[in-house]
Amino acid sequence: MSASALGVASTSAPSRAAGRGVMNPYLAGFGIGVILLLAFLIMGRGLGATAAFGSIVAAIAGAISPEWTAANPALKGYFADPPSTNWTLYLIAGAFVGALASGLAAGRARWRIERGPHLSAQARLALAFFGGAVAAVGAKLAKGCTSGQALTGGAQLNVGSWIFMLSVFAGAYLLAYFVRRQWR
Amino acid sequence: MTFPLYAYERITDSQGLVVALALGFGFGWFLERAGFGSARRLAAQFYLYDMTVLKVMFTAIVTAAVGLWAFAALGVLDLSAVYLTPTSVGAQLLGGLALGAGFVIGGYCPGTSAVATATGSGDGLVFMLGFAAGLAVYAVALPGLELWANANSIGEVTLPQLWGLPYGAVVLGLVALAAVAFAAAEWSERRFADLRPR
Repeated sequence: MSASALGVASTSAPSRAAGRGVMNPYLAGFGIGVILLLAFLIMGRGLGATAAFGSIVAAIAGAISPEWTAANPALKGYFADPPSTNWTLYLIAGAFVGALASGLAAGRARWRIERGPHLSAQARLALAFFGGAVAAVGAKLAKGCTSGQALTGGAQLNVGSWIFMLSVFAGAYLLAYFVRRQWR
Repeated sequence: MTFPLYAYERITDSQGLVVALALGFGFGWFLERAGFGSARRLAAQFYLYDMTVLKVMFTAIVTAAVGLWAFAALGVLDLSAVYLTPTSVGAQLLGGLALGAGFVIGGYCPGTSAVATATGSGDGLVFMLGFAAGLAVYAVALPGLELWANANSIGEVTLPQLWGLPYGAVVLGLVALAAVAFAAAEWSERRFADLRPR
């Protein structure tokens, strides 16, 4: 099944993917920093994304076997925090709407599969799935991802978060050469 | 003390969820504005010609770090009531390497995959599904990893505590480090500009 058969624009032009209406990175970073500070001041917690996924996965596992899920070391924390009241899930739901609003305002929101010029859409999707799975193991093991650890813990000068952040960049730079054809 | 409002029972649980939606909207808005709905722009960070990820992340970290320090120094923020993720050195080292690998292979991290999906990205949606599948595989096949990470936790520890330095001094050091990192990022974008795909 090709991308065009799905009726999806398949783009390899970065200027079209992320050129128009992009904010100055220092200004965007300041905006995210203010949001993060507000989360600390109002809720006493930072931003995150992994827990939203965890809550949904635990809810699905719990529908199959509540006993197994409640006893599983990796899921029991999420299972105790169901989707209906999971703070991070509401945060990500808000982020979904915010991102869509920004994308629509900038004319960037459209169906697409983004990839380098030397890669098929199917291969790109396979790598996206595999990369997502590898990232999940990393995020679960480290107790957070780029949002919950690097951004949040980074601002708190958390020792483990800075170890994590340096490791993220190290892991990505070490592997970048080998997957370059995906992007360039 | 006034902050955090939630810890001092100035807002309820359900008000907290409304706060999450509002903060999430802003978070998603600025991530998308920064161009982070694009896997190629995110991955470009690791090929040195586009350092947007570093600039955005480091600016956000410095902004919030200075804010946290200032509110605590003014005596209106109880830092002990702000949740701090426990440190487990080996787990955060290995977990970071895996997340970095997944980032450059898949083109996203969890938050940015949601931003991409919201603006219509099929690869963003597939990354999200892969992330959920990865969590399930971890729960089924690797519960020992979770127990190892928890057993080796050294608790809540910050860099000022680790180094025995005043909080404000480390924040000042962070600001200086950011200035150096931004200068290096601008240099890198000029030096490796010819790597940018046309």
